[in-house]
Amino acid sequence: MKLDSLIPAPLRKPAKPGKGNGAKGPAPADLKTSPPERPSDAARLGDRAKEAPADVLAWLDQRTAATGFLTGMLYRKVPKGTNWFYTLGSATLFAFIVQATTGVFLAMFYTPSTTQAYASIAHINNDVFLGAFVHGMHKWGSSVMVILIFLHMGRVFFFGAYKYPRELNWIIGVVLLILTMTMAFTGYLLPFDQRSFWASAVGININGTGPVIGPYLSDALRAGPELGATTLSRFYAIHMLLIPGALIALIGAHLYLVVKLGTTAPPWLRAEKPKAASPTAALQAGVEGNGGGSR
Amino acid sequence: MTRRRAFTVAAQGLGGIAGAAIVLPAVGFAVAPIFHRGKERWEAVGPVGDFVEDTYRQVVFTETEGIGDAGKTTAYVRKGSKQLGENPNEMVAVSNRCVHLGCPVRFVEAAGNFICPCHGGVYDFQGKRIGGPPVRPLDHFQARIRNGQVELGPRYSVTSQLEPVRARDPGEFTGGIWEYLYPPRPSTFPPPSG
Repeated sequence: MKLDSLIPAPLRKPAKPGKGNGAKGPAPADLKTSPPERPSDAARLGDRAKEAPADVLAWLDQRTAATGFLTGMLYRKVPKGTNWFYTLGSATLFAFIVQATTGVFLAMFYTPSTTQAYASIAHINNDVFLGAFVHGMHKWGSSVMVILIFLHMGRVFFFGAYKYPRELNWIIGVVLLILTMTMAFTGYLLPFDQRSFWASAVGININGTGPVIGPYLSDALRAGPELGATTLSRFYAIHMLLIPGALIALIGAHLYLVVKLGTTAPPWLRAEKPKAASPTAALQAGVEGNGGGSR
Repeated sequence: MTRRRAFTVAAQGLGGIAGAAIVLPAVGFAVAPIFHRGKERWEAVGPVGDFVEDTYRQVVFTETEGIGDAGKTTAYVRKGSKQLGENPNEMVAVSNRCVHLGCPVRFVEAAGNFICPCHGGVYDFQGKRIGGPPVRPLDHFQARIRNGQVELGPRYSVTSQLEPVRARDPGEFTGGIWEYLYPPRPSTFPPPSG
Protein backbone atom coordinates (compact mmCIF):
# COMPACT_ATOMS: atom_id res chain seq x y z
CA MET A 1 0.00 0.00 0.00
CA LYS A 2 2.88 2.32 0.70
CA LEU A 3 4.09 2.01 -2.87
CA ASP A 4 0.60 2.57 -4.17
CA SER A 5 0.50 6.02 -2.61
CA LEU A 6 3.49 6.97 -4.78
CA ILE A 7 1.81 5.93 -7.99
CA PRO A 8 -0.75 8.34 -9.37
CA ALA A 9 -4.18 6.81 -9.47
CA PRO A 10 -4.37 6.35 -13.24
CA LEU A 11 -1.08 4.40 -13.23
CA ARG A 12 -2.10 2.04 -10.45
CA LYS A 13 -2.81 -1.53 -11.35
CA PRO A 14 -6.55 -1.77 -11.87
CA ALA A 15 -8.23 -3.57 -8.99
CA LYS A 16 -9.50 -7.02 -9.74
CA PRO A 17 -13.27 -7.29 -9.71
CA GLY A 18 -14.55 -8.33 -6.28
CA LYS A 19 -11.37 -7.26 -4.53
CA GLY A 20 -11.95 -3.54 -4.61
CA ASN A 21 -11.36 -1.29 -1.65
CA GLY A 22 -14.73 -2.06 -0.22
CA ALA A 23 -13.62 -1.70 3.40
CA LYS A 24 -14.36 1.73 4.75
CA GLY A 25 -13.12 3.29 7.93
CA PRO A 26 -15.22 3.16 11.08
CA ALA A 27 -18.27 5.31 11.01
CA PRO A 28 -17.58 8.80 12.43
CA ALA A 29 -18.67 9.27 16.02
CA ASP A 30 -20.56 12.31 17.10
CA LEU A 31 -18.47 15.29 15.92
CA LYS A 32 -19.48 17.43 18.82
CA THR A 33 -18.39 15.12 21.59
CA SER A 34 -15.17 14.04 19.89
CA PRO A 35 -14.01 16.49 17.20
CA PRO A 36 -11.43 15.14 14.76
CA GLU A 37 -7.87 15.81 15.82
CA ARG A 38 -6.23 18.56 13.82
CA PRO A 39 -2.86 17.51 12.51
CA SER A 40 0.10 19.55 13.63
CA ASP A 41 2.02 21.69 11.11
CA ALA A 42 4.89 19.24 11.11
CA ALA A 43 2.56 16.34 10.36
CA ARG A 44 0.90 18.32 7.58
CA LEU A 45 4.31 19.10 6.05
CA GLY A 46 5.20 15.41 6.31
CA ASP A 47 2.05 14.47 4.48
CA ARG A 48 2.82 16.94 1.75
CA ALA A 49 6.33 15.58 1.41
CA LYS A 50 4.98 12.05 1.11
CA GLU A 51 2.76 13.14 -1.73
CA ALA A 52 5.50 15.03 -3.58
CA PRO A 53 6.52 12.15 -5.87
CA ALA A 54 2.90 11.55 -6.77
CA ASP A 55 2.50 15.27 -7.43
CA VAL A 56 5.48 15.24 -9.78
CA LEU A 57 4.12 12.26 -11.65
CA ALA A 58 0.70 13.89 -11.84
CA TRP A 59 2.30 17.09 -13.15
CA LEU A 60 4.04 15.12 -15.88
CA ASP A 61 0.92 13.15 -16.70
CA GLN A 62 -1.24 16.22 -17.07
CA ARG A 63 1.21 17.46 -19.71
CA THR A 64 1.98 14.21 -21.53
CA ALA A 65 -1.05 11.98 -20.95
CA ALA A 66 1.47 9.15 -20.81
CA THR A 67 -0.42 7.07 -18.24
CA GLY A 68 -2.85 5.67 -20.78
CA PHE A 69 0.02 4.34 -22.84
CA LEU A 70 2.04 3.22 -19.82
CA THR A 71 -0.80 1.35 -18.11
CA GLY A 72 -1.65 -0.29 -21.43
CA MET A 73 1.96 -1.37 -21.82
CA LEU A 74 2.79 -2.35 -18.25
CA TYR A 75 -0.46 -4.13 -17.39
CA ARG A 76 -1.18 -5.73 -20.72
CA LYS A 77 -2.57 -9.23 -20.62
CA VAL A 78 -0.18 -12.11 -21.17
CA PRO A 79 -1.41 -15.55 -22.16
CA LYS A 80 -1.50 -18.52 -19.84
CA GLY A 81 1.68 -20.57 -19.82
CA THR A 82 4.01 -17.62 -20.30
CA ASN A 83 7.35 -18.87 -18.97
CA TRP A 84 11.05 -18.08 -18.67
CA PHE A 85 11.67 -18.64 -22.38
CA TYR A 86 9.68 -15.45 -22.97
CA THR A 87 12.41 -13.43 -21.26
CA LEU A 88 15.04 -14.12 -23.95
CA GLY A 89 13.98 -11.06 -25.95
CA SER A 90 14.34 -8.81 -22.92
CA ALA A 91 17.68 -10.47 -22.18
CA THR A 92 18.85 -9.59 -25.68
CA LEU A 93 17.68 -6.02 -25.18
CA PHE A 94 19.61 -5.91 -21.92
CA ALA A 95 22.73 -7.21 -23.69
CA PHE A 96 22.31 -4.44 -26.27
CA ILE A 97 22.02 -1.82 -23.53
CA VAL A 98 25.21 -3.17 -21.94
CA GLN A 99 26.96 -2.97 -25.32
CA ALA A 100 25.74 0.58 -25.94
CA THR A 101 26.77 1.78 -22.48
CA THR A 102 30.21 0.17 -22.40
CA GLY A 103 30.76 1.21 -26.02
CA VAL A 104 30.13 4.87 -25.23
CA PHE A 105 32.69 4.74 -22.42
CA LEU A 106 35.24 2.83 -24.52
CA ALA A 107 34.95 5.54 -27.19
CA MET A 108 36.22 8.03 -24.61
CA PHE A 109 39.62 6.34 -24.64
CA TYR A 110 39.79 4.65 -28.04
CA THR A 111 41.64 6.22 -30.99
CA PRO A 112 40.50 4.99 -34.42
CA SER A 113 43.85 5.41 -36.11
CA THR A 114 45.97 2.62 -37.54
CA THR A 115 49.04 3.78 -35.68
CA GLN A 116 47.33 4.41 -32.32
CA ALA A 117 44.38 2.00 -32.15
CA TYR A 118 46.36 -0.91 -30.72
CA ALA A 119 48.15 1.32 -28.21
CA SER A 120 44.89 2.93 -27.09
CA ILE A 121 43.33 -0.49 -26.46
CA ALA A 122 46.44 -1.52 -24.51
CA HIS A 123 46.10 1.74 -22.55
CA ILE A 124 42.44 0.95 -21.77
CA ASN A 125 43.32 -2.57 -20.65
CA ASN A 126 46.43 -1.76 -18.64
CA ASP A 127 46.20 1.79 -17.31
CA VAL A 128 42.61 3.04 -17.21
CA PHE A 129 40.73 2.40 -13.95
CA LEU A 130 38.45 -0.62 -14.56
CA GLY A 131 39.39 -0.35 -18.23
CA ALA A 132 39.96 -4.06 -18.68
CA PHE A 133 36.56 -4.69 -17.07
CA VAL A 134 34.64 -2.31 -19.33
CA HIS A 135 36.51 -3.56 -22.41
CA GLY A 136 35.85 -7.14 -21.30
CA MET A 137 32.14 -6.43 -20.85
CA HIS A 138 32.02 -5.07 -24.39
CA LYS A 139 34.09 -7.88 -25.88
CA TRP A 140 32.34 -10.81 -24.20
CA GLY A 141 28.99 -9.03 -24.20
CA SER A 142 29.01 -9.03 -27.98
CA SER A 143 29.17 -12.83 -28.00
CA VAL A 144 26.49 -12.98 -25.32
CA MET A 145 24.23 -10.77 -27.41
CA VAL A 146 24.65 -12.91 -30.53
CA ILE A 147 23.99 -16.10 -28.55
CA LEU A 148 20.90 -14.58 -26.90
CA ILE A 149 19.56 -13.44 -30.26
CA PHE A 150 19.74 -16.97 -31.62
CA LEU A 151 18.12 -18.41 -28.47
CA HIS A 152 15.36 -15.79 -28.74
CA MET A 153 14.97 -16.58 -32.42
CA GLY A 154 14.76 -20.30 -31.63
CA ARG A 155 12.11 -19.64 -28.98
CA VAL A 156 10.01 -17.64 -31.45
CA PHE A 157 10.45 -20.32 -34.10
CA PHE A 158 9.65 -23.35 -31.98
CA PHE A 159 6.72 -21.64 -30.24
CA GLY A 160 5.30 -20.64 -33.62
CA ALA A 161 5.30 -17.01 -32.52
CA TYR A 162 6.29 -15.81 -36.00
CA LYS A 163 2.87 -16.69 -37.48
CA TYR A 164 0.07 -14.30 -38.40
CA PRO A 165 -0.16 -11.50 -37.36
CA ARG A 166 3.46 -11.36 -36.21
CA GLU A 167 5.31 -12.01 -39.49
CA LEU A 168 6.45 -8.40 -39.76
CA ASN A 169 8.05 -8.62 -36.34
CA TRP A 170 9.95 -11.73 -37.48
CA ILE A 171 11.19 -9.78 -40.51
CA ILE A 172 12.27 -6.85 -38.34
CA GLY A 173 13.98 -9.38 -36.06
CA VAL A 174 15.92 -10.83 -38.99
CA VAL A 175 17.09 -7.34 -39.97
CA LEU A 176 18.11 -6.78 -36.34
CA LEU A 177 20.08 -10.05 -36.48
CA ILE A 178 21.89 -8.93 -39.64
CA LEU A 179 22.65 -5.52 -38.09
CA THR A 180 23.98 -7.22 -34.95
CA MET A 181 26.23 -9.48 -37.01
CA THR A 182 27.48 -6.38 -38.83
CA MET A 183 28.21 -4.82 -35.46
CA ALA A 184 30.18 -7.90 -34.44
CA PHE A 185 32.05 -7.88 -37.76
CA THR A 186 32.99 -4.20 -37.72
CA GLY A 187 33.83 -4.21 -34.03
CA TYR A 188 36.28 -7.06 -34.49
CA LEU A 189 38.71 -4.90 -36.49
CA LEU A 190 38.87 -2.06 -33.98
CA PRO A 191 41.59 -3.41 -31.62
CA PHE A 192 43.75 -3.62 -34.78
CA ASP A 193 45.91 -6.49 -33.62
CA GLN A 194 46.98 -9.41 -35.80
CA ARG A 195 43.84 -11.40 -35.12
CA SER A 196 41.41 -8.60 -35.87
CA PHE A 197 43.35 -7.51 -38.96
CA TRP A 198 43.40 -10.96 -40.55
CA ALA A 199 39.87 -11.86 -39.46
CA SER A 200 38.63 -8.68 -41.13
CA ALA A 201 40.70 -9.42 -44.26
CA VAL A 202 39.07 -12.85 -44.47
CA GLY A 203 35.60 -11.44 -43.76
CA ILE A 204 35.94 -8.80 -46.47
CA ASN A 205 37.19 -11.44 -48.90
CA ILE A 206 34.13 -13.58 -48.16
CA ASN A 207 31.99 -10.52 -48.97
CA GLY A 208 33.91 -10.23 -52.23
CA THR A 209 32.93 -13.71 -53.39
CA GLY A 210 29.39 -12.56 -54.12
CA PRO A 211 29.06 -12.46 -57.89
CA VAL A 212 29.00 -9.13 -59.79
CA ILE A 213 28.59 -6.78 -56.83
CA GLY A 214 30.90 -8.65 -54.45
CA PRO A 215 34.15 -7.04 -55.63
CA TYR A 216 32.64 -3.56 -55.39
CA LEU A 217 31.23 -4.33 -51.95
CA SER A 218 34.71 -5.31 -50.80
CA ASP A 219 36.17 -2.07 -52.16
CA ALA A 220 33.46 -0.04 -50.45
CA LEU A 221 34.10 -1.82 -47.14
CA ARG A 222 37.87 -1.31 -47.36
CA ALA A 223 37.64 2.14 -48.94
CA GLY A 224 40.14 0.93 -51.53
CA PRO A 225 41.79 -2.13 -53.02
CA GLU A 226 43.67 -3.05 -49.86
CA LEU A 227 42.86 -2.98 -46.16
CA GLY A 228 44.30 0.33 -45.01
CA ALA A 229 44.06 3.35 -42.75
CA THR A 230 40.66 4.44 -44.10
CA THR A 231 39.27 0.96 -43.51
CA LEU A 232 39.66 1.33 -39.77
CA SER A 233 37.96 4.72 -39.51
CA ARG A 234 35.24 3.47 -41.85
CA PHE A 235 34.60 0.41 -39.71
CA TYR A 236 34.63 2.62 -36.61
CA ALA A 237 32.01 4.97 -38.08
CA ILE A 238 29.82 2.05 -39.16
CA HIS A 239 30.27 0.40 -35.76
CA MET A 240 29.49 3.34 -33.51
CA LEU A 241 27.31 5.68 -35.58
CA LEU A 242 25.59 4.09 -38.55
CA ILE A 243 24.40 0.73 -37.23
CA PRO A 244 23.55 1.73 -33.63
CA GLY A 245 21.09 4.32 -34.95
CA ALA A 246 19.40 1.75 -37.17
CA LEU A 247 19.46 -0.80 -34.34
CA ILE A 248 17.76 1.54 -31.86
CA ALA A 249 15.09 2.54 -34.39
CA LEU A 250 14.31 -1.06 -35.30
CA ILE A 251 14.34 -2.22 -31.66
CA GLY A 252 11.72 0.48 -31.07
CA ALA A 253 9.59 -0.87 -33.92
CA HIS A 254 10.13 -4.44 -32.67
CA LEU A 255 8.95 -3.57 -29.15
CA TYR A 256 6.04 -1.51 -30.45
CA LEU A 257 4.76 -4.54 -32.33
CA VAL A 258 5.30 -6.81 -29.32
CA VAL A 259 3.17 -4.51 -27.16
CA LYS A 260 0.63 -3.92 -29.91
CA LEU A 261 0.13 -7.57 -30.85
CA GLY A 262 0.83 -9.23 -27.51
CA THR A 263 2.66 -12.51 -27.04
CA THR A 264 1.54 -15.97 -28.05
CA ALA A 265 0.65 -18.82 -25.72
CA PRO A 266 3.08 -21.73 -25.77
CA PRO A 267 2.12 -24.35 -28.34
CA TRP A 268 1.49 -27.07 -25.74
CA LEU A 269 -1.49 -25.13 -24.39
CA ARG A 270 -4.56 -26.03 -26.43
CA ALA A 271 -7.07 -23.36 -27.19
CA GLU A 272 -10.05 -23.71 -24.88
CA LYS A 273 -12.58 -26.15 -26.27
CA PRO A 274 -15.76 -24.61 -27.55
CA LYS A 275 -18.61 -25.20 -25.19
CA ALA A 276 -20.58 -27.01 -27.86
CA ALA A 277 -18.85 -30.33 -28.39
CA SER A 278 -20.90 -31.80 -31.24
CA PRO A 279 -21.02 -30.23 -34.71
CA THR A 280 -24.77 -29.87 -34.62
CA ALA A 281 -24.62 -28.15 -31.26
CA ALA A 282 -21.96 -25.77 -32.63
CA LEU A 283 -24.20 -25.07 -35.58
CA GLN A 284 -27.10 -24.38 -33.26
CA ALA A 285 -24.91 -22.12 -31.15
CA GLY A 286 -23.96 -20.26 -34.32
CA VAL A 287 -27.59 -19.89 -35.26
CA GLU A 288 -28.39 -18.60 -31.82
CA GLY A 289 -25.81 -15.88 -32.32
CA ASN A 290 -23.07 -17.04 -29.96
CA GLY A 291 -20.65 -16.94 -32.84
CA GLY A 292 -19.07 -20.32 -32.11
CA GLY A 293 -16.11 -18.47 -30.66
CA SER A 294 -13.48 -21.18 -30.98
CA ARG A 295 -10.07 -20.21 -32.29
CA MET B 1 -5.80 18.63 -60.59
CA THR B 2 -7.08 20.61 -57.67
CA ARG B 3 -5.15 23.45 -56.12
CA ARG B 4 -4.77 21.44 -52.91
CA ARG B 5 -3.37 18.45 -54.82
CA ALA B 6 -0.94 20.65 -56.77
CA PHE B 7 0.44 22.12 -53.56
CA THR B 8 0.77 18.67 -51.99
CA VAL B 9 2.73 17.36 -54.95
CA ALA B 10 4.90 20.47 -55.08
CA ALA B 11 5.67 20.31 -51.36
CA GLN B 12 6.56 16.63 -51.54
CA GLY B 13 8.69 17.22 -54.64
CA LEU B 14 10.59 20.03 -52.95
CA GLY B 15 11.09 17.87 -49.89
CA GLY B 16 12.42 15.08 -52.07
CA ILE B 17 14.87 17.42 -53.79
CA ALA B 18 16.02 18.81 -50.44
CA GLY B 19 16.49 15.28 -49.09
CA ALA B 20 18.38 14.14 -52.18
CA ALA B 21 20.65 17.19 -51.96
CA ILE B 22 21.78 15.91 -48.57
CA VAL B 23 21.72 12.14 -49.07
CA LEU B 24 23.27 11.81 -52.54
CA PRO B 25 26.52 13.68 -51.78
CA ALA B 26 26.85 11.71 -48.53
CA VAL B 27 26.41 8.38 -50.31
CA GLY B 28 28.80 9.48 -53.05
CA PHE B 29 31.31 10.45 -50.38
CA ALA B 30 31.03 7.01 -48.82
CA VAL B 31 31.36 4.98 -52.04
CA ALA B 32 33.88 7.23 -53.83
CA PRO B 33 36.88 5.02 -52.87
CA ILE B 34 35.50 2.31 -55.18
CA PHE B 35 36.39 4.51 -58.14
CA HIS B 36 39.68 5.84 -56.85
CA ARG B 37 42.97 4.32 -57.96
CA GLY B 38 45.98 5.15 -55.83
CA LYS B 39 49.42 6.04 -57.07
CA GLU B 40 51.46 3.23 -58.56
CA ARG B 41 54.38 2.51 -56.26
CA TRP B 42 57.52 0.47 -56.88
CA GLU B 43 59.94 -0.72 -54.25
CA ALA B 44 63.43 -2.18 -54.64
CA VAL B 45 63.79 -5.53 -52.89
CA GLY B 46 67.40 -6.49 -53.68
CA PRO B 47 70.05 -6.83 -56.39
CA VAL B 48 69.34 -9.13 -59.32
CA GLY B 49 72.20 -11.39 -58.27
CA ASP B 50 70.31 -12.39 -55.12
CA PHE B 51 67.70 -14.29 -57.12
CA VAL B 52 67.99 -17.62 -58.92
CA GLU B 53 65.63 -19.48 -61.22
CA ASP B 54 65.12 -22.79 -59.45
CA THR B 55 63.94 -21.56 -56.08
CA TYR B 56 62.23 -18.58 -54.48
CA ARG B 57 63.64 -15.91 -52.24
CA GLN B 58 61.26 -14.35 -49.73
CA VAL B 59 61.08 -10.54 -49.68
CA VAL B 60 58.95 -8.16 -47.62
CA PHE B 61 57.86 -4.82 -49.00
CA THR B 62 55.18 -2.17 -48.41
CA GLU B 63 51.99 -2.60 -50.40
CA THR B 64 49.77 -0.15 -48.51
CA GLU B 65 51.30 3.03 -47.16
CA GLY B 66 50.36 4.77 -43.95
CA ILE B 67 49.41 1.85 -41.72
CA GLY B 68 52.84 0.72 -40.59
CA ASP B 69 53.68 -2.97 -40.50
CA ALA B 70 50.11 -3.93 -41.34
CA GLY B 71 50.64 -2.50 -44.84
CA LYS B 72 53.57 -4.78 -45.58
CA THR B 73 53.25 -7.90 -47.64
CA THR B 74 55.44 -10.84 -48.56
CA ALA B 75 56.42 -11.91 -52.07
CA TYR B 76 58.35 -14.93 -53.30
CA VAL B 77 60.73 -13.83 -56.06
CA ARG B 78 62.81 -15.78 -58.57
CA LYS B 79 64.22 -15.42 -62.04
CA GLY B 80 62.22 -16.64 -65.03
CA SER B 81 62.93 -20.29 -65.75
CA LYS B 82 63.78 -21.50 -69.24
CA GLN B 83 62.62 -25.00 -68.35
CA LEU B 84 59.13 -23.66 -67.63
CA GLY B 85 59.09 -21.61 -70.81
CA GLU B 86 59.58 -18.25 -69.13
CA ASN B 87 61.80 -15.35 -70.13
CA PRO B 88 65.04 -15.75 -68.14
CA ASN B 89 65.59 -11.99 -68.20
CA GLU B 90 62.38 -11.30 -66.31
CA MET B 91 61.62 -11.74 -62.64
CA VAL B 92 58.67 -13.71 -61.27
CA ALA B 93 57.17 -12.35 -58.04
CA VAL B 94 54.45 -14.50 -56.45
CA SER B 95 52.27 -13.05 -53.68
CA ASN B 96 52.03 -15.06 -50.49
CA ARG B 97 48.34 -14.22 -50.11
CA CYS B 98 46.31 -17.40 -50.47
CA VAL B 99 43.55 -16.85 -53.03
CA HIS B 100 41.10 -18.85 -50.96
CA LEU B 101 40.53 -16.34 -48.14
CA GLY B 102 43.77 -14.39 -47.86
CA CYS B 103 45.88 -16.34 -45.37
CA PRO B 104 49.67 -16.25 -45.87
CA VAL B 105 51.03 -19.22 -47.83
CA ARG B 106 54.55 -20.57 -47.35
CA PHE B 107 56.91 -21.91 -50.00
CA VAL B 108 58.07 -25.36 -48.92
CA GLU B 109 61.47 -25.94 -50.46
CA ALA B 110 61.45 -29.75 -50.15
CA ALA B 111 58.10 -30.14 -51.88
CA GLY B 112 58.57 -27.26 -54.27
CA ASN B 113 55.01 -26.20 -53.44
CA PHE B 114 53.24 -23.30 -51.78
CA ILE B 115 51.14 -24.52 -48.87
CA CYS B 116 48.47 -22.57 -46.99
CA PRO B 117 48.18 -23.29 -43.27
CA CYS B 118 44.53 -22.31 -42.92
CA HIS B 119 42.51 -24.66 -45.10
CA GLY B 120 45.11 -26.75 -46.87
CA GLY B 121 45.43 -24.97 -50.21
CA VAL B 122 48.41 -26.24 -52.26
CA TYR B 123 50.01 -24.51 -55.27
CA ASP B 124 52.78 -25.78 -57.52
CA PHE B 125 56.15 -24.10 -58.18
CA GLN B 126 54.59 -21.57 -60.59
CA GLY B 127 51.74 -20.82 -58.18
CA LYS B 128 49.09 -22.88 -60.00
CA ARG B 129 46.54 -24.50 -57.72
CA ILE B 130 47.02 -28.23 -57.33
CA GLY B 131 44.91 -28.92 -54.26
CA GLY B 132 42.53 -27.58 -51.65
CA PRO B 133 39.93 -24.84 -51.82
CA PRO B 134 41.74 -22.02 -53.74
CA VAL B 135 39.95 -20.86 -56.86
CA ARG B 136 42.83 -19.70 -59.07
CA PRO B 137 46.65 -19.51 -59.09
CA LEU B 138 48.45 -17.28 -56.62
CA ASP B 139 48.56 -13.56 -57.43
CA HIS B 140 51.71 -11.98 -58.85
CA PHE B 141 53.37 -8.62 -58.44
CA GLN B 142 54.68 -6.68 -61.40
CA ALA B 143 58.47 -6.89 -61.40
CA ARG B 144 61.15 -4.93 -63.23
CA ILE B 145 64.89 -4.41 -63.05
CA ARG B 146 66.22 -0.89 -62.52
CA ASN B 147 69.94 -0.17 -62.00
CA GLY B 148 70.60 -3.79 -61.13
CA GLN B 149 67.87 -3.78 -58.49
CA VAL B 150 64.73 -5.85 -58.61
CA GLU B 151 61.70 -3.63 -58.08
CA LEU B 152 58.21 -4.86 -57.27
CA GLY B 153 55.07 -2.96 -58.25
CA PRO B 154 51.29 -3.40 -58.27
CA ARG B 155 49.58 -6.71 -57.68
CA TYR B 156 47.83 -8.55 -60.51
CA SER B 157 45.95 -11.82 -60.70
CA VAL B 158 46.35 -14.59 -63.25
CA THR B 159 44.05 -17.09 -64.92
CA SER B 160 44.56 -20.83 -64.62
CA GLN B 161 46.78 -20.52 -67.73
CA LEU B 162 48.86 -17.83 -65.94
CA GLU B 163 47.59 -15.07 -68.25
CA PRO B 164 47.69 -11.73 -66.40
CA VAL B 165 44.39 -10.06 -65.48
CA ARG B 166 43.58 -7.20 -63.12
CA ALA B 167 43.98 -7.93 -59.42
CA ARG B 168 41.08 -9.81 -57.83
CA ASP B 169 40.40 -10.41 -54.17
CA PRO B 170 40.85 -13.88 -52.75
CA GLY B 171 37.92 -16.17 -53.38
CA GLU B 172 37.16 -14.73 -56.83
CA PHE B 173 37.63 -16.86 -59.94
CA THR B 174 39.47 -15.54 -62.99
CA GLY B 175 39.25 -16.23 -66.73
CA GLY B 176 36.36 -17.04 -69.03
CA ILE B 177 32.90 -16.10 -67.81
CA TRP B 178 34.28 -15.31 -64.36
CA GLU B 179 35.75 -12.11 -65.76
CA TYR B 180 32.15 -10.91 -65.93
CA LEU B 181 30.84 -12.47 -62.74
CA TYR B 182 33.74 -10.99 -60.77
CA PRO B 183 34.34 -7.81 -62.76
CA PRO B 184 37.66 -6.00 -62.40
CA ARG B 185 37.50 -3.11 -59.96
CA PRO B 186 38.38 0.43 -60.98
CA SER B 187 40.66 0.69 -57.95
CA THR B 188 43.11 -1.89 -59.34
CA PHE B 189 45.91 -1.40 -61.86
CA PRO B 190 45.85 -2.78 -65.41
CA PRO B 191 47.83 -6.02 -65.68
CA PRO B 192 51.20 -6.05 -67.46
CA SER B 193 50.80 -6.69 -71.17
CA GLY B 194 52.11 -9.98 -72.52
